[in-house]
Amino acid sequence: MSRSTIDIVNRNLAKRYAKEKRFRLFGLASILAGLTALCFLLVTIVSNGWGAFTQSYVQLTLDLDPETLLITNPLDDDQWSYANYTGVIKQSLRERFPDIKSRKDKKRLYQIISPGAGYQLNLLMQDRSLLGQTVTIWLPADDDVDSVIKGHIDRHRPENERRVSDKTLSLIDELVNSGELQRKFNNVFFTAGDSSEPEQAGIKGAMLGSFFTLIVALLLSFPIGIAAAIYLEEFAPKNKWTDFIEVNINNLAAVPSIVFGLLGLAVFLNWFGLPRSVPLVGGIVLTLMTLPTIIISSRVALKSVPPSIREAALGLGASKMQTIFDHVLPLALPGMLTGGIIGMAQALGETAPLLMIGMVAFIVDIPGSFTDPATVLPVQIFLWSDSPERAFVERTSGAIMVLLMFLILMNSIAVLLRKRFERRW
Amino acid sequence: MVDTNSSSPTSSDPRDYRNTVGKIEVPNTKMSMRDVDVFYGDKQAVFGVDLDIAKNEVIAMIGPSGCGKSTFLRCMNRMNDTIEGCVVSGSLKLDDQDIYDPKLDVVPLRARVGMVFQKPNPFPKSIYDNVAYGPQIHGLASSKVELDEIVENSLKKAGLWNEAKDRLDQPGTGLSGGQQQRLCIARTIAVSPEVILMDEPCSALDPIATARIEELIDELSANFTIAIVTHSMQQAARVSHRTAYFHLGYLVEIGATDDIFTNPRHRLTEDYITGRFG
Repeated sequence: MSRSTIDIVNRNLAKRYAKEKRFRLFGLASILAGLTALCFLLVTIVSNGWGAFTQSYVQLTLDLDPETLLITNPLDDDQWSYANYTGVIKQSLRERFPDIKSRKDKKRLYQIISPGAGYQLNLLMQDRSLLGQTVTIWLPADDDVDSVIKGHIDRHRPENERRVSDKTLSLIDELVNSGELQRKFNNVFFTAGDSSEPEQAGIKGAMLGSFFTLIVALLLSFPIGIAAAIYLEEFAPKNKWTDFIEVNINNLAAVPSIVFGLLGLAVFLNWFGLPRSVPLVGGIVLTLMTLPTIIISSRVALKSVPPSIREAALGLGASKMQTIFDHVLPLALPGMLTGGIIGMAQALGETAPLLMIGMVAFIVDIPGSFTDPATVLPVQIFLWSDSPERAFVERTSGAIMVLLMFLILMNSIAVLLRKRFERRW
Repeated sequence: MVDTNSSSPTSSDPRDYRNTVGKIEVPNTKMSMRDVDVFYGDKQAVFGVDLDIAKNEVIAMIGPSGCGKSTFLRCMNRMNDTIEGCVVSGSLKLDDQDIYDPKLDVVPLRARVGMVFQKPNPFPKSIYDNVAYGPQIHGLASSKVELDEIVENSLKKAGLWNEAKDRLDQPGTGLSGGQQQRLCIARTIAVSPEVILMDEPCSALDPIATARIEELIDELSANFTIAIVTHSMQQAARVSHRTAYFHLGYLVEIGATDDIFTNPRHRLTEDYITGRFG
């Protein structure tokens, strides 16, 4: 009995198609799983962090009386620095709620306003002509009040089980009803450094720290990485030594980042004696960490330039240098830039090595240079996530959102650059 | 030359191909190669080739794949330098200048001996920039006007001017395959080389584009010396004055093209051109 080939083919056909279908389903399922996880992550972060961008403020009418402020001689700068700003605020609160007499209730009343409000008033009074006048300003409410407004504290639980007393709740309600307690855009979050009071804490210090650190990393890792890639790929002879170097670069790319931090601690801080907690050292450590990534991606970009282009240039009598800089590099540049920006994005999100060189310190001042103590965004997130106050939870997520925005921005730039400079042949 | 490791299957063949048949020397020599061996690592690709190329002639190199003709061609402007482990020995001279003199700078050599490659490889730049690049790096034009002139003349000589004059600022990669190859030829002649090496310049082109390039080669031979490697025997017969037949790294026969194709003296040449193998 003779069976034609087509019969055999047909018999197996269904099986082959089923296999293909199965494979597609697996692929689709894994994509869906990934997307679900991503959505879940984003929804959690956004829903947690959204509140960080608003903050409750209390409107107060302050009588900036020199007597209450304890300023007897307006020409004495010390008196201005140590003036009783809190006293003015407390007095204003007492005047707003004249019925409150007991010590305990007064204490609760004062706690409605952020403990850092005095400092804010101090800043306001840099304009010394305000002395003796009456001003109406919005001062940040305490983080517990803010939590009540944002609904993070359950009013229906018994008083002894929640952070806010009944008396405080009634004060809050009264202020809300009269329009003197409102949620406003949280300027402080973007203009302040770290603080132990959530309502006074901001990410500006961390953002600037990240900025300075990345500038150092960029200025060091880009030129070094690209120069190393060009030398290794185009000029270096292929021998044992270059093989050895290549293997080591690939290994370095896989070294845990904390090891680079330890290296930074041992070499830059202890041996070279560079200052602790500064963006300069952070940038150098991140350079070490991102260099392998940049070198590897740049070499891949150089390798992918077709040899025919090199031959064309060499055949015309271009020198090796001219061939590389006039023809190979322009074609490889989009790939190099992409690799570099992705390396920078990686550096922006890096925490571990910076912990080792002291960039994890509690730093209130906003860094103004490469050698000012600073922290960076991911470390700030790490620090806040450790804080017990409810208000820091949303600030943690808010900072994560800002960090993610920067990462998305950088990756978009990488894609745009690639699209813009990509040349086909 | 003496070949010590002759283990190829044809070594027992009574038809000896190790000695070149035909007259190697020519009057008015432009390039002169003697006893050229080329090694890729341990493997020898070219065995003791002697060949002279006359001024303003077109010499075709034919032979089956892997016979060493392209390798030999690439020795003439030291393009083999770019290949790792490639060693060339023997004497190669361009107007009495030793090409493989260690002190020789390859940059001026390649300006004198230009090359057109198998696959059209224009730079991913404008047509103008493609042609202008060579003159620019060698500083052949002192002004923009002069450069424009060189570009125009080169494109005219390459027969591309009429098609390209309105789109000089457009990328050279947007041209058709045949136009791209003519652009590559224009780019090569823009630096006014003395010799043009062509490595199977038509193998990626259709017959019409091929015919244009062949015409062009004929026109160019008035001003340039051309060495062309080709797989097409018809092409060799049409464009060249002399033809060299390579076999397994040896130059088997060399002679006037008409003689080679009508009256080959070596059995292998005859077998190849009559299509018995190849």
